[in-house]
Amino acid sequence: MKARHQRLLLIAAALAALGLIAFFVFSALNENMAFFYAPTDVKAGKAPKNKLFRIGGLVQTGSVQREADGVTARFIISDTAESVAVRYRGILPDLFSEGKGVVAQGRLNDEGIFIAQEVLAKHDENYMPPEAAQALQKAHETGVSQMPPPSP
Amino acid sequence: MIPEIGHFALILALPVAVCTGVLALWGAQQGRLAWIALAKPGTLAMALLVGVSYLCLTWAFIQNDFSVQYVARQSSSLLPLVYRVAGVWGGHEGSLLLWLLMLVGWATLARFCSRALPGAMQARVLGVLCLAAAGFLLFVLLTSNPFLRLIPGAAEGRELNPMLQDPGLVIHPPLLYMGYVGFSVTYAFAVAALISGQLDAAWARWSRPWTLAAWIFLTLGIAVGSWWAYYELGWGGWWFWDPVENASFMPWLSGTALLHSLAVTEKRGSFKNWTVLLAVSTFSLSLLGAFLVRSGVLTSVHAFATDPARGVAILVFLVVVIGASLALFVWRAPKVGLGGRFGLFSRESLLLVNNLLLVAAVGTVLLGTLYPLIVDALGVGKISVGAPYFNTVFAPIMAPLLFLIGVGPFVRWKQDDWRATARLLAWPLAAAIVAASIFPIFAAWTVGLEFRFMVVLGLALALWIALAALFHLLRQARATRGDGGLFASLARQPRHFWGMHVAHIGVAVFVAGVTIVGAHEEEKDVRMAPGDSVSVAGHSFRLLGVKQVQGPNYTAWQGEVELSRNDRFQRRLYPEKRFYHSSAMPMTEAAIDAGFLRDVYVSLGEPIDRARPEGEWAVRVYYKPLVDWIWGGCVLMALGGLLAASDRRYRNKPRKTGKPV
Repeated sequence: MKARHQRLLLIAAALAALGLIAFFVFSALNENMAFFYAPTDVKAGKAPKNKLFRIGGLVQTGSVQREADGVTARFIISDTAESVAVRYRGILPDLFSEGKGVVAQGRLNDEGIFIAQEVLAKHDENYMPPEAAQALQKAHETGVSQMPPPSP
Repeated sequence: MIPEIGHFALILALPVAVCTGVLALWGAQQGRLAWIALAKPGTLAMALLVGVSYLCLTWAFIQNDFSVQYVARQSSSLLPLVYRVAGVWGGHEGSLLLWLLMLVGWATLARFCSRALPGAMQARVLGVLCLAAAGFLLFVLLTSNPFLRLIPGAAEGRELNPMLQDPGLVIHPPLLYMGYVGFSVTYAFAVAALISGQLDAAWARWSRPWTLAAWIFLTLGIAVGSWWAYYELGWGGWWFWDPVENASFMPWLSGTALLHSLAVTEKRGSFKNWTVLLAVSTFSLSLLGAFLVRSGVLTSVHAFATDPARGVAILVFLVVVIGASLALFVWRAPKVGLGGRFGLFSRESLLLVNNLLLVAAVGTVLLGTLYPLIVDALGVGKISVGAPYFNTVFAPIMAPLLFLIGVGPFVRWKQDDWRATARLLAWPLAAAIVAASIFPIFAAWTVGLEFRFMVVLGLALALWIALAALFHLLRQARATRGDGGLFASLARQPRHFWGMHVAHIGVAVFVAGVTIVGAHEEEKDVRMAPGDSVSVAGHSFRLLGVKQVQGPNYTAWQGEVELSRNDRFQRRLYPEKRFYHSSAMPMTEAAIDAGFLRDVYVSLGEPIDRARPEGEWAVRVYYKPLVDWIWGGCVLMALGGLLAASDRRYRNKPRKTGKPV
């Protein structure tokens, strides 16, 4: 009987450990997931104020500027209907360019400027980040944009 | 003509694989020797056909045959030969063909290296491998045929993605695929054992070297991929928790659990059901990895141009593999029995905890990777799960696991006395904690490095693992000393024993690297004109100038940077910004001065004024202490695996049973 009790104890301990792990995991997941918003959503005030989120669309042509330090960039992300100003300190990825799709992660500041911590552009020039493509598609479907959506 | 031969060989391989698989399995079940005898030549024929097909595709690449759609998309006549050969696996279709080639390669190995197995068992293993290959053949032929012609043919190819034109492409995918696909052999063994009902120590002993071999390749493949990302992507990171990285990490974690669980099954006959489940899930996770990469459901560095049909096809395959194996498992498992009993404090218990923690780790990675998919499918919104999630979750799971690595080898099978073990290990543990505290306190005191608890914890665990391994080696050597000296005794220890400790020390080295680089790396993004300097952690970088250079298929802006340390000249570094002729996309080539204790890393961002690229640039510099220990640790782990896999008892096996071929 003793061996069986020991096994039961072992199983109970394992289950308790698993429960604890599950609790940790889900709270970490909750804290570290970022929702995706299109510029139209952001302008409509749907994006959270003090939480990390992602924004995607096209880098508006002619909008990329550098601040005096040389490594802070300002640009505008647009879904062809609305647009959001973005500020990013750091070196932009190779595939970042005007008129191309982009996804940025960060927060909105009080003036409504998106302070990006990360700018993602993917590693194939013919590839559009799905979130960006979807934002454009949605703006097109709701009729706010006259531009045709790009083929993904 | 040659591409048609390749296509034809591939088509022919499908019925061969199906027939061999079905007949071998059926024959083994019915005891029909003639059908069983078909397994070996059938496997070879399938392997030969796939090999021919693969060579034909390679030939088309070497000859610049741009009338083949895939070649026209992935290559160009300017591409250096080595990248034309490696370019075969630079895209979706070809990399699947490589996957298939590796699968039949492993099957061929299994055909030649399984002489000790009873004939029926051998037929079952080969049969399962043939059916797995058949699934992939069907997939390639239906959704991803690399031999499709382009009519009319193109005059010039569109060239390989510049990001892939790197030695990393030559090494990383083959190693990784060898690992992924290698687990199919373990899977085949598990399924064969389930069908025959022979889940015993012998089965575990057959499976172990194969599992080790696959695990070694996977370890190296992941390490090379991480190293490639580090120097090529120009962001200085070594792991991004990218979905596709996770896809390779999950089978690794599961495979590691399997290795340890197999040890218990072989030595003590316990954990049999669990081991089978792990074998099935490791292979399934490999397939899931393929699904995630191929289907394009997740955004990632590796996303090829996507096609939903491919995703669905792999998903169906995955469901068949998992469903069939689980059904088989449910049918057979009740007959397996529990195996040897063990006490609460025994090596079995510790390995059980090891397995639970590793499986929990797989679960958290799986959750973080698939959660965006689930949320998207539920229509709640689009989310991404960031690296902080994985880092937060991993530390508490890994810390106890790392601690147990040190304890495990000292604890006896069946039952041991925890008080005696605690007394024995108190000194090495105390030594590790003291040594780990001294360094950060000293560094905080002298150079003002910020003191962090996580650094002490990480270093203590690393030192603990290393000290415990050395202590165990010495103790074992002294116990079996005999007449010779201590070193003679050490050299006499069996390879699997050395393998275990080398791999564990590899983990220690890895943990030390991760801890230090995570806590003390420094990076600066600055604007630099020729003549300007920037300094990071005592290293000073002076930009001497930027000039234009020509490569075989690109033009580059090359910076010349003088690296000095404490005002003493070290060397010149040449970071580049490349523009490939075939594409509008620039490529950053970082310049790295690698060292045992630190890497320094310079990369060119972009010119401040696009019209004057000889002038000012945005430049990024990094200081990365102990970063090379990360990959060094992985190499040690793989080396440990190699030592264990080459152990005598696996090699002597054929002679012992002495069964003729």
